Amino acid sequence: MTLNIYTVIGLAVILVIVLMALLADFIAPYSPVEASGMELESPNPLHIMGTDNLGRDVFSRVVYGARTVVVVVLIAVILSGVIGTVLGLVSGYISGILDKILSFVMDSIYAFPSLILAIALSVALGPNIFNAAVAIAITYIPTYFRMVRGQVLSIKNESFVEMARALGLPITRIMARYILPQLTQTLVVVFSMNSADAVLTEAALSFFGLTVQPPTPDWGFDLYKGRGFILSGAWWMLIFPGGMITLLALGFALLSEGVSQSYVVKEGE
Amino acid sequence: MGLARYIAFRALLIIPTILLLYTLVFIVLRVLPGNPVLAALGTKNIPEEQLKALMRELGLDKPLYQQYFEYLINFLRGDMGYSMIIRGRPIANDIADKFPATLELAIWAMVMSFALGVGFGYVAGKSRGTALKHIARLYGSITYIIFIPALGLFLQLLFGRWLGVLPTGGRLSPGIYINSITGLYTIDSLLQGDFNAFADAIKHIILPSLTLGLVLSGPFARLTLSNMERVLGSKIVVAYRARGVREEVIARHVFKHALIPIVTYLGLQFALLLGGAVLTETTFNWPGLGTYLVDKIMYRDYTAIQAVVILFAFLVGVISLMTDVAYALIDPRVRY
Repeated sequence: MTLNIYTVIGLAVILVIVLMALLADFIAPYSPVEASGMELESPNPLHIMGTDNLGRDVFSRVVYGARTVVVVVLIAVILSGVIGTVLGLVSGYISGILDKILSFVMDSIYAFPSLILAIALSVALGPNIFNAAVAIAITYIPTYFRMVRGQVLSIKNESFVEMARALGLPITRIMARYILPQLTQTLVVVFSMNSADAVLTEAALSFFGLTVQPPTPDWGFDLYKGRGFILSGAWWMLIFPGGMITLLALGFALLSEGVSQSYVVKEGE
Repeated sequence: MGLARYIAFRALLIIPTILLLYTLVFIVLRVLPGNPVLAALGTKNIPEEQLKALMRELGLDKPLYQQYFEYLINFLRGDMGYSMIIRGRPIANDIADKFPATLELAIWAMVMSFALGVGFGYVAGKSRGTALKHIARLYGSITYIIFIPALGLFLQLLFGRWLGVLPTGGRLSPGIYINSITGLYTIDSLLQGDFNAFADAIKHIILPSLTLGLVLSGPFARLTLSNMERVLGSKIVVAYRARGVREEVIARHVFKHALIPIVTYLGLQFALLLGGAVLTETTFNWPGLGTYLVDKIMYRDYTAIQAVVILFAFLVGVISLMTDVAYALIDPRVRY
């Protein structure tokens, strides 16, 4: 696979933010939950991103806030990716009544606004990080399911799969060894596109107070609090958390754009 | 299949989808939380008697299957039950109050996203170089990652706080009243000939609809561009050029052809529009269904949350039916 410029920039952005989450203890100059300055200080040498209404260092909160979003997105995307892919493989390969029912259920969920479904699930499960990840995961299962099922339908009649069947290989082996490897390209694209979406959904759930509880730092929730200080002109309480959300989502979107472009080029060769 | 039969057929297909979504929401919001009254009231110790009375009042003491059917039947009749927090308040009244605000925002956001997306796609499609096309394609694939509150709050900061030219939230300035006819202020004010109120309503809707519209405009830009390219590469354009038709005129003709598949895409954007509206409304204190939903979430008012979410499920079903019908009208092939 050739690396193009979008892939490189996207990966770099994601990597920096993940490192920030991992090394938060070393990067953040102050505690994210305790006051370290006056209230609403604008950016200055001691507090490079200013302080919030409780005198906490915005930069430290931004650094620690990366943890919440990275954890939620990681759990959500892996859960939905694995479940969606397995269901899609089975449904597409076995077909029949199971396929009809699953497809109908998945299509219906897919048609429903995913954010609203995630909100309803989070409310029902109770607001915490893990439940938010589960809620986001459930809303994205159909995305993987539909893509994988569609691909399996076309691949399962290729001659190398027929050969495997003729050899009498067990279904699980055919699906894992013959069909799944064919899906990796598309899965990578969907995976990165989906991660961009998951970042936004996590931020939205946080914005509505459905993930972490104060004083835990979180970009979406900090942005929500910053909203109250627009008329005081405390722009640093909005621009930095809001910018980070956009930046991380942008990283994943560029990665997905770059990866899909390299595949198109490769197919064209 | 005739058109009427096709529409009837599609309408029948929508019913299981809506039922499934209803069931899903019912399970998520009614069954998962266990006792919603307790969940709403938190861990407070309330007397057994009072709890039972409240459950009875809200119809939550009946067996689940009975609640499931009764709720559905009542919902179709327009009875959405009562709020758990504000006792005795019919949810349907609240929703009827809030719906026009959401509808107005949705319409203006669609207009904005259509204008921005199709406009950009058209300019890029017409251009001869590749630079603009690259930018349009990138625009098409990354606008959707904008976090609505981040953009919305930034615009409030810029136009509301720094430049001071537009309000930061709400639907109307204090002191301005519009008698409700349709509930859409930009239309009602014009119907009543009150241009002052109209200008105020427009001022308030610019930022929210721009925010939501921009986020939804990407696919329009991408579709317009790729359709323009497809039509520009067709033989009809060669024929135009051979006859010496000016490029400007050709672009206009090509644009018309390119527009058809885009119009049908409007329906697909609707689910995104609903989700986006919830965020946009919260960001701009826009008094619609989204703000209502978020308010109710804060208070864990399960009956109200359930009503709004199920209403969204119905809307999605109906809009997807309308999209199918529009598609069938434009392109007769899908009917067969």
